[in-house]
Amino acid sequence: MYTQAMDTMGKEGDGKKPVRSAEDLLLEQRFDARIDDGDFIEAKDWMPEHYRKTLLRQISQHAHSEIVGMLPEGNWISRAPTLKRKAILLAKVQDEAGHGLYLYSAAETLGTSRDQMLQALHTGKAKYSSIFNYPTLSWADMGTIGWLVDGAAIMNQVPICRCSYAPYARAMIRICREESFHQRQGYEALLTMMTKGTEAQKAMVQDAVNRWWWPSIMMFGPPDDQSPNTAQSMRWGIKRISNDELRQKFIDATVEQAKILGVSLPDPDLKWNEERQAHDHGAIDWSEFWKVVGGDGPCNRERLGARVKAWDDGAWVREAALAHAAKQAAKTRLDIAA
Amino acid sequence: MDNTKEPTSATPATEWPLWEIFVRSRAGLDHKHCGSLHAADPKMAIQLARDVYTRRQEGSSIWVVRSDQIVASDPGDKGMYFDPMEDKVYRHPTFYQLPDAVDHM
Repeated sequence: MYTQAMDTMGKEGDGKKPVRSAEDLLLEQRFDARIDDGDFIEAKDWMPEHYRKTLLRQISQHAHSEIVGMLPEGNWISRAPTLKRKAILLAKVQDEAGHGLYLYSAAETLGTSRDQMLQALHTGKAKYSSIFNYPTLSWADMGTIGWLVDGAAIMNQVPICRCSYAPYARAMIRICREESFHQRQGYEALLTMMTKGTEAQKAMVQDAVNRWWWPSIMMFGPPDDQSPNTAQSMRWGIKRISNDELRQKFIDATVEQAKILGVSLPDPDLKWNEERQAHDHGAIDWSEFWKVVGGDGPCNRERLGARVKAWDDGAWVREAALAHAAKQAAKTRLDIAA
Repeated sequence: MDNTKEPTSATPATEWPLWEIFVRSRAGLDHKHCGSLHAADPKMAIQLARDVYTRRQEGSSIWVVRSDQIVASDPGDKGMYFDPMEDKVYRHPTFYQLPDAVDHM
C-alpha cells in the first residue's frame, strides 16, 4: 500500500534538483528513451538518482506494510472461531511475511541493505501503510480486512506488475497471484456470518464495514490534484494509474459486492451517477489520513512497539545462527584438510 | 542512514548472507531463478526457500547459491555482446523457403 509512499515523500523536501554533468544528461536521455519504449530497467542498469530513491522508498515502504500488516491479523489467530478459519488465517499471515520478503529483496537490488531498511522502519523514519494503524476489534474485522483492505491493495498492486523497474514488477506478479485468495477468503467469512449467523453476528459485520470503509478508500492516497509526485512517477512508469481513478474502480466494484453481502456502506452520498457511469461518493476526511500518516492514528505506537520488540527479542537467534554457521564452515574446512 | 541510534539493528557485518533461489517446478523442467533471501547457512537457505517460494507446491526441487558467488555479464556490454547475432537470420529454420509439400520439415 502501497503507493502511499509516493504521495507522502514530497512533504519531506526532496525538491532541489542536483547539478548534472553533460554525461549524466546524456545517460538520462537514454534512460527516458528506454522508458518510452516500454523497456524494463534491471538492477545493474544506469538510472537517475531520483528514480532510484523514489523506488527504494516505495518498495521498502511496501515491504514494511506487509510485515506490519501481519500484526492486526496475528492478533486473531488464537481466537479464530473454527480450526478451518484458523488454518486460513495462518496461511494468509504467512503469505504477508512472504510478500514482505519478496519486496525487501527487490528493494535491496537498489543498493540498500535489509538492515538499513529495518532500521529506518524501527526508528520511525520509514512509513508503512496507514491502514494498519487501525485496531481489529472483532472477528468480523478479519473478514472485512480481507474483503476491503486486501481488495483495495489488489486494485493498487495489479498496475504495479507493469512497473518499469523489473525486480519490483516480478515481485508484484508473485504477490498478486497469491493475494486473490486473501480477498476471497475474507468475503466468504463475512458471507457465512451474514447468511448463517445470529443477529449479533450480522451486526458485527456491519460494524466492521462501517469502521473500515473510509480508511480503505483512503488507501489509494490523496486526490490527484494534491498528489504532486504522480506526474513524475507516471512519466517513469513506476505508477500506471492515478489515485482517483483506482479509488473509483474500487468503489464501483465494491458497491455490488456489498449488496450481495447484505451490508450497507457508511456513506449517505454514495450513489450511481448515470452520466458518469460511475458512483459518486461523499467527501473524504483527509485530515484524518494525514493525522494517521503523521503518527497519531489509533495504533501507531502499539504497532511499531510490537515490531521493534519482535526484532529485539529475535537478536540472539540471529546471532546464534551465524555462530553456528561459522562453526560448521570451520569444521568442513578441517574435514577437507584432513 | 543514521547508524548511531539503535545498536540492536545490526550493521551489515552481522546481516545473514544473501542467497539466490532456483526452483524446479516439476520433474523434467529446468531449475528457474525465482528470487533471493537471507540465511545464515546453506541448510537454512533451503528451508527458508521452501517456506518463502513454494507455499503452494510451486516446486519439487530447490537450488541455493550465495549471491556473491554469481558471475554475470556486464549490462553495459549488452549491445556489443548480443547484437551481433541479430543479422544471423540463417541460424533460424524460418530462413529457408521450402515447397509446401515438404515445409513441415
